[in-house]
Amino acid sequence: MQTTIFTFTVLLLALIGFYMGRARAVSSVGGDIRQLHSLPRHYGYYVSLWCGLPTLFLFILWFIFEPQIINSLVLHNVTAINDETSSAMVARILSDIKFIAANGTNVKSATPEMIAAADHYLELKKIGIACLGVAVLAFAIVGLVIGNKNIGEKLKARDQVEKAIRVLLLASSIVAILTTIGIVSSLLFEAIRFFGKVPLSEFLFGLEWSPQIALRKDQVASQGSFGAVPIFAGTMLISFIAMCVAVPVGLLSAIYMSEYATPKVRGLGKPILEILAGIPTVVYGFFAALVVAPTIRNIGEGWGLEVASESALAAGLVMGIMIIPFVSSLSDDVIRAVPQALRDGSYALGGTKSETVLQVILPAALPGIVGGIMLAISRAIGETMIVVMAAGLSANLTANPLQAVTTATVQMVTLLVGDQEFDSPKTLAAFALGLVLFCVTLCLNVIALRVVAKYREKYD
Amino acid sequence: MTELKESMQKAHARLKKRRAAEKRFKMFGVGALAFAFLCVLMLFTSIISNGYTGFKQSYIQLDVVMDETVVDPDGSRDPAKMMFSNYNALVKTALKTKFPDVTNRRDKRKLYGLISSSAGYDLRDMVLDDPSIIGTTQTVWVMASDEVDMLIKGVFDRTQPESTRPITNDEIAWVETLEKENRVEKRFNTNFFTAGDSREPEQAGIQGALVGSALTMLVTLALSFPLGVMAAIYLEEFAPKNKFTYLVEVNINNLAAVPSIVFGLLGLAIFLNLFGMPRSAPVAGGMVLALMTLPTIIIAARAALKSIPPSIMEAAIGVGASKMQAVFHHQLPLALPGILTGTIIGMAQALGETAPLLMIGMVAFIADVPSTPFDPATVLPVQVYLWADSPERAFVEKTSAAIMVLLGFLITMNALAVLLRKKLERRW
Repeated sequence: MQTTIFTFTVLLLALIGFYMGRARAVSSVGGDIRQLHSLPRHYGYYVSLWCGLPTLFLFILWFIFEPQIINSLVLHNVTAINDETSSAMVARILSDIKFIAANGTNVKSATPEMIAAADHYLELKKIGIACLGVAVLAFAIVGLVIGNKNIGEKLKARDQVEKAIRVLLLASSIVAILTTIGIVSSLLFEAIRFFGKVPLSEFLFGLEWSPQIALRKDQVASQGSFGAVPIFAGTMLISFIAMCVAVPVGLLSAIYMSEYATPKVRGLGKPILEILAGIPTVVYGFFAALVVAPTIRNIGEGWGLEVASESALAAGLVMGIMIIPFVSSLSDDVIRAVPQALRDGSYALGGTKSETVLQVILPAALPGIVGGIMLAISRAIGETMIVVMAAGLSANLTANPLQAVTTATVQMVTLLVGDQEFDSPKTLAAFALGLVLFCVTLCLNVIALRVVAKYREKYD
Repeated sequence: MTELKESMQKAHARLKKRRAAEKRFKMFGVGALAFAFLCVLMLFTSIISNGYTGFKQSYIQLDVVMDETVVDPDGSRDPAKMMFSNYNALVKTALKTKFPDVTNRRDKRKLYGLISSSAGYDLRDMVLDDPSIIGTTQTVWVMASDEVDMLIKGVFDRTQPESTRPITNDEIAWVETLEKENRVEKRFNTNFFTAGDSREPEQAGIQGALVGSALTMLVTLALSFPLGVMAAIYLEEFAPKNKFTYLVEVNINNLAAVPSIVFGLLGLAIFLNLFGMPRSAPVAGGMVLALMTLPTIIIAARAALKSIPPSIMEAAIGVGASKMQAVFHHQLPLALPGILTGTIIGMAQALGETAPLLMIGMVAFIADVPSTPFDPATVLPVQVYLWADSPERAFVEKTSAAIMVLLGFLITMNALAVLLRKKLERRW
């Protein structure tokens, strides 16, 4: 609430700054604006930027650091917390305190100490907001004054403003890099904590995956084992089935559309593939669970085969359907990039269309197609919703597509959805799996993009 | 002579084979396309055939006696007190008088189960609206429970033996009595669009999810559009050709191919745990989706900027504009249709995205409709996922109906993008 008021105050000050700057610039040359270096409005922008930019930084810093500072100050006085308290416990106490602060003392967890902490919390919040208000106002006004003071005949306002905008543009292109850094660091950080509890060798080569950890120390339950081989195997099995569907269908339809189809057929075929590409994965997952899996089960039973209701085949098949448009559009691109001269040469020697495609175009386009297939594989192993809804949960080490297997993404979802304790190996395991997933897809992508780029250069 | 004839014959035979191979190959291509077409057809027919009934809801007509001793025992007509009266008792009495020969306790409970538990609330609202109806007998239409709804819609087969269907002979007999008296009606299911989530299939609606999706998309658009366009302008127009720029470009291409669930992990570790953002809230979800959509927008915006001929820039600079002015006053407006097309496609992807939102806790059961981006909420695809997981048969049609709404939005957005491209995009 208060922050909205502050924001509007700053915006208002910046607006005032704009008019002040413009007026000052005009009056500094006695109304003859031809003598100014820039247009009058650039002087206005200049003052506005001086007023707004430093305050913006202040806001961002405050939003990042305020909660942490207040939390640590509040928790400092709570005696229930010592060095050995788990971070989950700390988080629980903190949320209790915030709950009391928001809903009054009329709740179960309200001991006198907690109430005191809640009061302390509210007080600190108030102080924080007051400090922010003073600082923001001070920054804005000082900025306004400095900006205004700098304005004169000699100031190159346009250059200055453009410099600031350029920095802004650069900053927004750095967001992409920050995202990558954020992904890598969060995955690495949590995965390293995981490997502190479970040895790396067990994770990579262990054959047993059952991440259930006893809730109480004395509970009789498995202590959890984290051998990820069955998961990797399951992921590969489902991706392999998906590729068996997607590669032939996608490739053949791309060949047909680019070499055989009349414009009319192409005009019909392209939208169909685009529709397949635009359907959300959760819809495919529902389709797999509701239609495909029971159908496969019935067919299997008709043949006397035992089919699990969450068979790898159903998930893989539907995932393959999802990836068809991906393979087809990538191969369409590369097939089109093959120069017409190669085709003409083959026809001149008497080759039929299919011979030209199989013996000339495909070999020429092979690197590009391989690159496209690699991208498709990375899509398949990172796909989540279809397998969450149609594949199994238990980690079976099997190559039988009629049995239920699990994948890395399914495990990540099941480990992280619901109540979490943030330092149990169970939740951290999800990050370790995420790290493996990220690395594998990254490698596939980098290689594939490079192959495709090299291939393009060859014919450009 | 014979030699020539022989080789001609051989050539003919070979030609026949080659032509057959050609035909075969062409058939493979047609087959592949037909397979894709069949998949689309199957997907849509299964969703629509399961889902179209979800837009209808069965109602049952009852003669309810608005008994004063139940509604307003102390006769004060005080709305605050009448709020908490036992209106379900009225429904039960009405059913009992309708079927007086049901006496056994277990059968009675089944009988009461014909009507949705929301009927009591409907009666309460009627009484609070118009207290003068207390003491009278009102003919009201109330919602049927989900199982009766399924029976009336013909999803449960009445001819099957009793043990294999989820509804008993008695219940079927009651419903058939009601049907004979024209006390059963199927109406357009407005509740589906005006209610939040519920554990009872007949009371569940998608409004909460729709509002949640709208709020999430708003956050996503507000972040990814300006950031994406500014990044594209920098990379396309201002960036020096050096290692750093190359790094940024490679990085954006790779981000576009990172699995979406990894973005969810990023959101969980950084936005929720480090910055302490609220769980299950559209702000956090919108930010994660914005990071995911960013590469799409940047790539589309760069392509749009690149397609503008350099003569525009040169002309602007020639009359004294700075490069910044040339870009913002001329290049950007001309590239805008292309950028908007890319943005709409990116937003359509974000609207259908589920996996990263599961990671940041947008899967909680939330019955209230969110009003700000900071309230706990769910989004349409996640609602689909949640309902698909529910065991009740009636949720299958709700799920399919929700999917139809979701697909409706996506098709509209994509059609808009195509239209925009056709109408506004200029070829130079």
